[in-house]
Amino acid sequence: MEMLFEEEQRQIQTISDRLQRDSNAIAVLVINKDGQEIARSGQTTDLDVTSLSSLFAGNVAATSEIAKILREEEFGGQFHEGTKQNVLIAVVSRRAILVVLFDTRSSLGLVRLRVRKATEEMAGIFEALVKKIQLQQATGASFGPNLAGEITDEDIDKLFGE
Amino acid sequence: MSFINYSAREINCKLVYYGPGLCGKTTNLRYIYEKTNPDAKGKMISLATETERTLFFDFLPLSLGEIRGFKTRFHLYTVPGQVFYDASRKLILKGVDGVVFVADSQEARFEANIESLENLRSNLSEQGYNLDKLPYIVQYNKRDMPEIVSVESLRAELNPTNVPDFEAVASQGVGVFETLKAVAKQVLTELKRSSGGQ
Repeated sequence: MEMLFEEEQRQIQTISDRLQRDSNAIAVLVINKDGQEIARSGQTTDLDVTSLSSLFAGNVAATSEIAKILREEEFGGQFHEGTKQNVLIAVVSRRAILVVLFDTRSSLGLVRLRVRKATEEMAGIFEALVKKIQLQQATGASFGPNLAGEITDEDIDKLFGE
Repeated sequence: MSFINYSAREINCKLVYYGPGLCGKTTNLRYIYEKTNPDAKGKMISLATETERTLFFDFLPLSLGEIRGFKTRFHLYTVPGQVFYDASRKLILKGVDGVVFVADSQEARFEANIESLENLRSNLSEQGYNLDKLPYIVQYNKRDMPEIVSVESLRAELNPTNVPDFEAVASQGVGVFETLKAVAKQVLTELKRSSGGQ
């Protein structure tokens, strides 16, 4: 089971907000490798973030498999060039995916530079998060309510109207 | 892998519909999409070929309601059934929480069902999963077609461990929600169990 606690989400959100601002990007998305959203910054109200997250995760999974077949360790990033918008995708320490949407108000060079710093910072947070989850599972230490453990059969039945 | 987001107060789970080519995996998702309240669903995405065969996956996000103040979200995926898309099937199985095996009841597809189930087992085990330990449901689809195999014979071959199974005609919606409900319930029960709940 993967978990995201409020403390780490806040830290990742701060980095994501700063990346969007400093790179003049339209929007930044941070998603996990299974396609679940972790953070979003910038102009995202018109974006279908759920669909995009699933597609970016599928894209990264396919690209990483291509890398394996080509005996490359991993392709560090991907760049899609559109007529109005461009997308830079970076993998954060094999755990998360950072997506930056930008247009002519920014440039690939600037986005790459800011993304490099952001991925380094996020990598540290994800490593700390993994340790926390491992500690919680091994020792029962609690960093958040044990939600899943508190679910009752009645809760599940109620969800399905039974 | 189920994902509990304490910040967004969400429980996210991944369900995968598996089965041989043209067994009705996409039809299951389409029916769910059509019959679900707009508030409870996102856009359905199909990465398909020009002839509408699944190329990579179909994706449908669903919200089932709240448990203890947390939204429960299920991401439904299908795999491409055609034999040569095996690399894609492996990718879709990553992080899976529950599997629905959609079998094609037609006699002509009996062998294809067996091959696909073997393929499911081996692809899961490559990634460290054991089908017998995962939330898992079998659906016998296309019960309205002529020349179909009896449920008893299908069950004997495709469901030797007696997991919950359902007869279905996915194109008409028969058995579709029963299947979804059963697998979603198993996934949440497993989540509870693995977290030390009673």
